[in-house]
Amino acid sequence: MDDIKDAVLEYVIEEYVEDEDEEVSFDTPLISGGIVDSFSMVSLKRFLENRYEISIPDEEASPEAFDNVNKITELVKKHLAKKE
Amino acid sequence: MTNIGSYDERVKQFDWSISEKELEYSDGNIINIGWYCSDRICDKGHGGKTALIWEGQGGVEKRFTYNDIRIHSNSIGAYLRSLGIKDEDRVCLFLDRIPELYIGFIGILKIGAIAQPLFSAFGDESLHLRLEDAGTKAILTQRKHVGKVRKVLDQLPRLEHIIVVDHDGKKPLKEKEIAFSMEAAAPVENFEIFPTKAESPSVLHYTSGTTGKPKGVKHVHYSLIGQYLTAKWVLDLRENDIYWCTADPGWVTGTSYGIIGAWSLGVTQCVLDSGFSADAWYSFIERHRVTVWYSAPTAIRSLMKAGKEAVERHDLSSLRHLCSVGEPLNAEAVVWSKEVFGLPFYDTYWQTETGAIMITNVPGMEVKPGSMGKGFPGITALVIDPKTYEPIVEPGRIGLIAFKPGWPSMMRTYWNNEATYLSKFNNGWYLSGDRARLDKDGYFWFVGRDDDVINTGGHLVSPFEVESALLEHEAVAESAVVAKPDEVNMEVVKAFITLKPGFDPNPDLELKIMNFIRKKLSPLAMPQEIEYMDSIPKTRSGKIMRRLLHAKEWGEETGDTSTLEDDE
Repeated sequence: MDDIKDAVLEYVIEEYVEDEDEEVSFDTPLISGGIVDSFSMVSLKRFLENRYEISIPDEEASPEAFDNVNKITELVKKHLAKKE
Repeated sequence: MTNIGSYDERVKQFDWSISEKELEYSDGNIINIGWYCSDRICDKGHGGKTALIWEGQGGVEKRFTYNDIRIHSNSIGAYLRSLGIKDEDRVCLFLDRIPELYIGFIGILKIGAIAQPLFSAFGDESLHLRLEDAGTKAILTQRKHVGKVRKVLDQLPRLEHIIVVDHDGKKPLKEKEIAFSMEAAAPVENFEIFPTKAESPSVLHYTSGTTGKPKGVKHVHYSLIGQYLTAKWVLDLRENDIYWCTADPGWVTGTSYGIIGAWSLGVTQCVLDSGFSADAWYSFIERHRVTVWYSAPTAIRSLMKAGKEAVERHDLSSLRHLCSVGEPLNAEAVVWSKEVFGLPFYDTYWQTETGAIMITNVPGMEVKPGSMGKGFPGITALVIDPKTYEPIVEPGRIGLIAFKPGWPSMMRTYWNNEATYLSKFNNGWYLSGDRARLDKDGYFWFVGRDDDVINTGGHLVSPFEVESALLEHEAVAESAVVAKPDEVNMEVVKAFITLKPGFDPNPDLELKIMNFIRKKLSPLAMPQEIEYMDSIPKTRSGKIMRRLLHAKEWGEETGDTSTLEDDE
């Protein structure tokens, strides 16, 4: 679980945070906070699907479900559990 | 009673002098949008009225009166002048939706310089192309975006000043960078506003075409005449309204109606500088008691997805008038808004080039869900035959949307590109590049673009620009880009590529290429899907057959493929 959280956070910081002084944590609002816009959310979803070999249905990839690293991790965990 | 009253009567008796008289403007006088949006409102005794309610990340709120706007814009104007910026110099605003963007826009206009707003999510290549073409002399930006400017600075010899509006002193500034704080600057009470005239340039907005570089659409101060009256009659803005235009001023709606329309009318407007979520938007409306809301179909469809329950969690009873712009508003969205808000969204149609609303539904007019409405009074709008350029009179026949030139807010040229500007006219008509049909009652119904430009979330993306950027990726040999249908954004970017030897098609490479375009151009331009091909279909002369790829995505007939070099 922590591995997923850390990996997602690292990816978000590397790919989407423009201001290097901005502190982003597990519960920082990403979509509503303007760090990841709705178009870029597609690439974040693709990252999760590639890395964890899961498929996230579009209806589950809502701005609310992607709004912070904790929520994203829950979503990934749910789909990993389905795989098992 | 609405501001417009009877649409039919207005059409019969229309003259743009209605707007000129209300703005106390006569032919040949000085007309400066910056003055009209700040000093004039103060001169009329409304200096203490709230002009801007701004809310940023984490619920931080700032309020500015019209007198604040006047003084802060004076300070910005004075500062720019002290740097040697003069009339007709291009000054770029590369900022998030922070107060400095809105007030800086007014300050730039006050000194007669040309405001060049650019969407702050643009990547360094998009920024470079637009600054280079405009020969921009100064740019106002933020710490978080200054890195993108630094990346392209070497290629912009005419860029003299990079003004960082939120510099906190923690990191040293680099070449050409200077710190300026609007709120810490010495207030400038009295300021000599540059005496711009009707045809003095005001705003340079960049838009995308099918081929070539982005085009700089040049507007003039006289555009105010159109923006003021359309804001008054279509948006129905009144003295006590709290108005929210959700558009970013990096795009034309955000300046024509997110700044000029509202402030020239002395209305209080709100700005929310944060990302989208249905709850955040509804809370914002509830908190500030928004009465008039101008948004876009993509946002409306996203709100629809969030469901009626999200609406019911908030008191949205303050809303009295809703409008939409950017792309066709589907009938379902109009019906839904009537159901959940008790109000329909009134669709409006216009372009960066038109500067103001051209075809629209207005208060009091019967709204036919899915229709664009009718021509604004004073606008001769019709559909014309794409071959003869003659008007189509019979209802139902599809043609090009065209306008008779001469409305006040019409673009005056494309910057450095007069030939393309002239190509927009034929047989005495301005050609919009969109197709539509008229019904028997004179309502317009949108059909689609007449070219390959992609309209995603209400923003135009050039397939050529994305194709060119794709070729800069080390793995890409060939590329073709088309629109793909999308439930929320109407269209999204889809790319077809072939790979260079040594690269294998796989999902990780696809993601790398997507992110490459997102950072280089913008999130809007990022292909939402990439398809690997063995070869890109081309004509015998080597031109990409986008038509074929487009038809494939939209489930249409592919038509004549006899000129293809390679078939699939």
